[in-house]
Amino acid sequence: MDLLAHLPVLQVVVPMLSAPIIVMLQPRGLAWAGATATSLVSFAIAVALTLAVLDGQAVDYAVGGWPAPFGITLMVDAFSALMLLVVTGASAAALIAAKPSIDQQIESARQPLFYSAWLLALAGLVGIVVAADAFNIFVFMEISSLASYILIAGGPDRRALPAVFKYLMMGTIGATFYLIGVGLIYMMTGTLNLADIDARIGNVSDINPLFVAAGFITVGLALKAAVFPLHVWVPNAYTHAPHMVTAFLAACATKVALYVLLRFDYMVFQGNLIEHVVQFSMFAMPLAILGILVASAVAMFEGHLKRLLASSSIAQIGYILLGASFVSVAGLSSSAMHLFNHALAKGGLFLGVACIAYHYRDLRLSQLGGASTRMPWTCAAIVVCGLSLIGVPGTAGFISKWLLINAALQSGSWGWLLVAIILASSLMAVVYIWRIIEALYFQEPIAGEAKISEAPIQLLLVTGIVAILNIYFGLFPQVPLALADSAAVLLLEGVL
Amino acid sequence: MKLLELLGYFNYWVFAIILTVGLYAVISKTNLIKKLIGLSIFQSAVFLMYITMDKVEGGTAPIITAGVDDQIFSNPVPQVLILTAIVVGVSTLALGLALVVRINECYGTIEEDEILDAD
Amino acid sequence: MTPEIAILTAIILPLIGALVIALAGRVGPNIREAATAVTSISLIFVVWGLLPVIIDGGRPSIEVSQVMPGLSIAFTVEPLGMLFAALASGLWLINSLYSVGYMRGNKEKNQTRFFACFALALSATMGIAFAGNLFTLFLFYELLTLSTYPLVAHKGDAATVRSARVYLGVLISTSIALFLPAIIWTYSVAGTGDFTEGGILAGKLNDPEIGLLLGLFAFGIGKAAVMPMHKWLPAAMVAPTPVSALLHAVAVVKAGVFAITKIIIYVFGIEFLFEASSAQWLLYAAAFTIIAASVVALRQTNIKRLLAYSTIAQLSYVVMAAAIFKPLAELGASLHIVAHAFGKITLFFAAGAIYVASKKTEIAQLRGIGRRMPWTMAAFTIGALSMIGMPPTAGFVSKWYILAGAFEANNFVAMFTIIGSTVLNAAYFLPILYMVWFEQEKEGGKEHGEAPLLAVIALCITALLTLGFFLFNAPVIELESQIVKGFG
Repeated sequence: MDLLAHLPVLQVVVPMLSAPIIVMLQPRGLAWAGATATSLVSFAIAVALTLAVLDGQAVDYAVGGWPAPFGITLMVDAFSALMLLVVTGASAAALIAAKPSIDQQIESARQPLFYSAWLLALAGLVGIVVAADAFNIFVFMEISSLASYILIAGGPDRRALPAVFKYLMMGTIGATFYLIGVGLIYMMTGTLNLADIDARIGNVSDINPLFVAAGFITVGLALKAAVFPLHVWVPNAYTHAPHMVTAFLAACATKVALYVLLRFDYMVFQGNLIEHVVQFSMFAMPLAILGILVASAVAMFEGHLKRLLASSSIAQIGYILLGASFVSVAGLSSSAMHLFNHALAKGGLFLGVACIAYHYRDLRLSQLGGASTRMPWTCAAIVVCGLSLIGVPGTAGFISKWLLINAALQSGSWGWLLVAIILASSLMAVVYIWRIIEALYFQEPIAGEAKISEAPIQLLLVTGIVAILNIYFGLFPQVPLALADSAAVLLLEGVL
Repeated sequence: MKLLELLGYFNYWVFAIILTVGLYAVISKTNLIKKLIGLSIFQSAVFLMYITMDKVEGGTAPIITAGVDDQIFSNPVPQVLILTAIVVGVSTLALGLALVVRINECYGTIEEDEILDAD
Repeated sequence: MTPEIAILTAIILPLIGALVIALAGRVGPNIREAATAVTSISLIFVVWGLLPVIIDGGRPSIEVSQVMPGLSIAFTVEPLGMLFAALASGLWLINSLYSVGYMRGNKEKNQTRFFACFALALSATMGIAFAGNLFTLFLFYELLTLSTYPLVAHKGDAATVRSARVYLGVLISTSIALFLPAIIWTYSVAGTGDFTEGGILAGKLNDPEIGLLLGLFAFGIGKAAVMPMHKWLPAAMVAPTPVSALLHAVAVVKAGVFAITKIIIYVFGIEFLFEASSAQWLLYAAAFTIIAASVVALRQTNIKRLLAYSTIAQLSYVVMAAAIFKPLAELGASLHIVAHAFGKITLFFAAGAIYVASKKTEIAQLRGIGRRMPWTMAAFTIGALSMIGMPPTAGFVSKWYILAGAFEANNFVAMFTIIGSTVLNAAYFLPILYMVWFEQEKEGGKEHGEAPLLAVIALCITALLTLGFFLFNAPVIELESQIVKGFG
């Protein structure tokens, strides 16, 4: 049996089938162990798939042997491989570190359910990435969303509940918009397979429904991806979720929606709908810029550590969208690279937050004084990941910023203005990251915090490794860069 | 386009109206249950759109019976898609209602503005 | 050891040293001081071992990593970088000697963090000195800013943190907002960022763009303190004096002017810039900084702030000399990097010694202190004379060459600026010297003696170097002439 051939479907099946098994693992710690093992296996599968596509070949898989367009197909190419690495890597890292934090926040009777929901979320997210037809994307999107609602609401903070409710409302509306769009496309082309739609969409009798479909799909996915101004569910959801859940979701959830948006837009609409290039740019660029500037500005004044980082995430998503809106190889390459690098930086930051939250109940910046003396390694890791977020050379974030600025310079006469905006937002990032560092290092400790020591070694080790990876990929970014470049070329094939 | 033709697309009209009603309920109502009802209405609009699109003129239920040739069937694919979507919708509704129950336990109310004030 | 290995060792050695110092700090202060001493002595051996290679004309280089196509971390040693590295590594040892005396004399806290961060900063300095392209330069430039921040904020109280924030804010903002776009622009126009003799931009930019790019570099490299990007230097004076001495007289500030000079010579090319009319403004900006900073210095009452503004002015000597775009002036610029380093480090050492011995920080308190601290104030005098540029001090040599370069280029603005600023320097230093030696001490003052022995030894060494440079400057001139040989 050729295992490699079945990898795409195994990527989804392994976490999905493990989820119900985990529910039954009642003994203490076994649920966590099972979930972590599954996650590591998923990561291994993702790495194997990445190696398979590094030379430019895509891996296709027909479920049940039914060929496209009759059957459901899965496809993994360079862009998918990059996303798979991000999603499974984030899940594996967060789960390895999760035990102390989750033990603190969720009672052990409910943990099997929690971990199984985590695995369902993982299954849904990887399903979105490997699916090659539009409707399956919807199904997996909803699987992952429903599981994430459970994850976010699972913690001890009751404010997570209204936050999740809002997320549920907005997420379902988004998914349903996407569904409307897919329905309209099906009506006009008669197929759901992405590649097939791409082939047939040129011969459609009436193009108006397709514009409507494009609109619905874009807005729907923008809701899921937290594009400004549809981002309002993010701050509360990220802030009140259990800390490990935030680390996992902040690293990958919105990015997967962006992935679908770019896939749909570039593989299906570009090149087939006249003027779509211009329309997409005109739609995406202003929203991206607004997202970057407004969210960075909000982050500069936030007083709560997690909410500050959540606002920062919205700004970073703006960077990704900005790169994509240039409709050039350079721009898409920088977007794909930033998908990877931001996951590293933000994942690391939220892991660090989880470390701090292990001992500090109140995460407002004013309450974190003295953390650096008591938790020096955690704070060091936070500094490194923060520098990566700013884009200091030598860190991963610098690579994607450099690529983005280069792409902006090449994008036309407004290039200099865009560069100025990107640099201005970097300076804003310096401000808010510096506020965190000052709070950790230079503030007076709050009286009464006697017995605070370093975070548990499990949490600390993973946080440290992610921080080191930020530096590693800042100096040796060859592998993700190769994937990002291939992704950009693949996406633009239809347009060029 | 002639008026009759326009009105002939009445399934799309129905779809649009129900969609808007549902969305309006989600956005403007403050009671959480009413929001969920609005969401369900919104989703059922989409279901209607899918199902009405697959009806072929003169078509019947897409079940092959042995011995009968040359039958015109309605398109089965959207019906299958919609079954899946209905399942998703039901799960979402169930999750939403469970959330409302928990919110009620924690906050004692299911009015959105009161919840926002409580924190 | 081959030159290439030496380059890498020079950068990694202080890094390892920082780790060893951090660990040794847990064992005991003497072990830790020994670690610093060992590291700095080894660094001198490694770096100065490269001197013969460079004097012979060799230009060893090594590429560490290709980060992206066209963007790599690479090191190349050429005369200017060699000079800077030799200067920084040599003065580190003396500064470490001084630091021990100062920190122990003052009973400072967090000494391990201090010495470890110092080693980190030296590693970054070596990286800047040996950088082979703009990206590597930028990488280590930012690392220098980050590694010196804990040193500036050492004291940890609210006022210090505020000043440290200004320090960091100005340096990072200028580097991200101006220096980085300049680098990206250069890479996109020239296709490469490698430092090359004759520059890489010839023929690629038209006149107004040259001036603009030069401006982005000159103001983006905030460490050179060209006004108005100078605010960080007075703010950094809250640091303990060893920090001010080595970093803000030698490493950090010289990294700034070194970077500007290197970019002028190896990215633009001095002939290219001499032809470009839009690039001439740099000279005027530097001249303005010299005069303005000297005038502000006149009004200062705090010793270290006076020295800070004097440093700003002296740094712009280097920039102005480089901006004359003539070989002799470039030689003068590189000589001034050395001369000012010797003189200023002496002055800061003296200021710190005064603080340790008597807790005095204001100029007005220095009446008659020459009697109590003869060695310290003798060194101070030598340093002050070097700033003014009087023989037989180092400052005279470099000023001579800068004037010669200005004269060769018929640049009257530069000549008058140098003469004018000499007068201003005299105007604020000579009264201090008079007050120190010839006036009577105020009644009721604290009784105190000389500074701790180690500190005094250190400042005597640097004072001797200042005098020595006047006599023994031929090797340096020979080394630096190599830069200008090609353009003779």
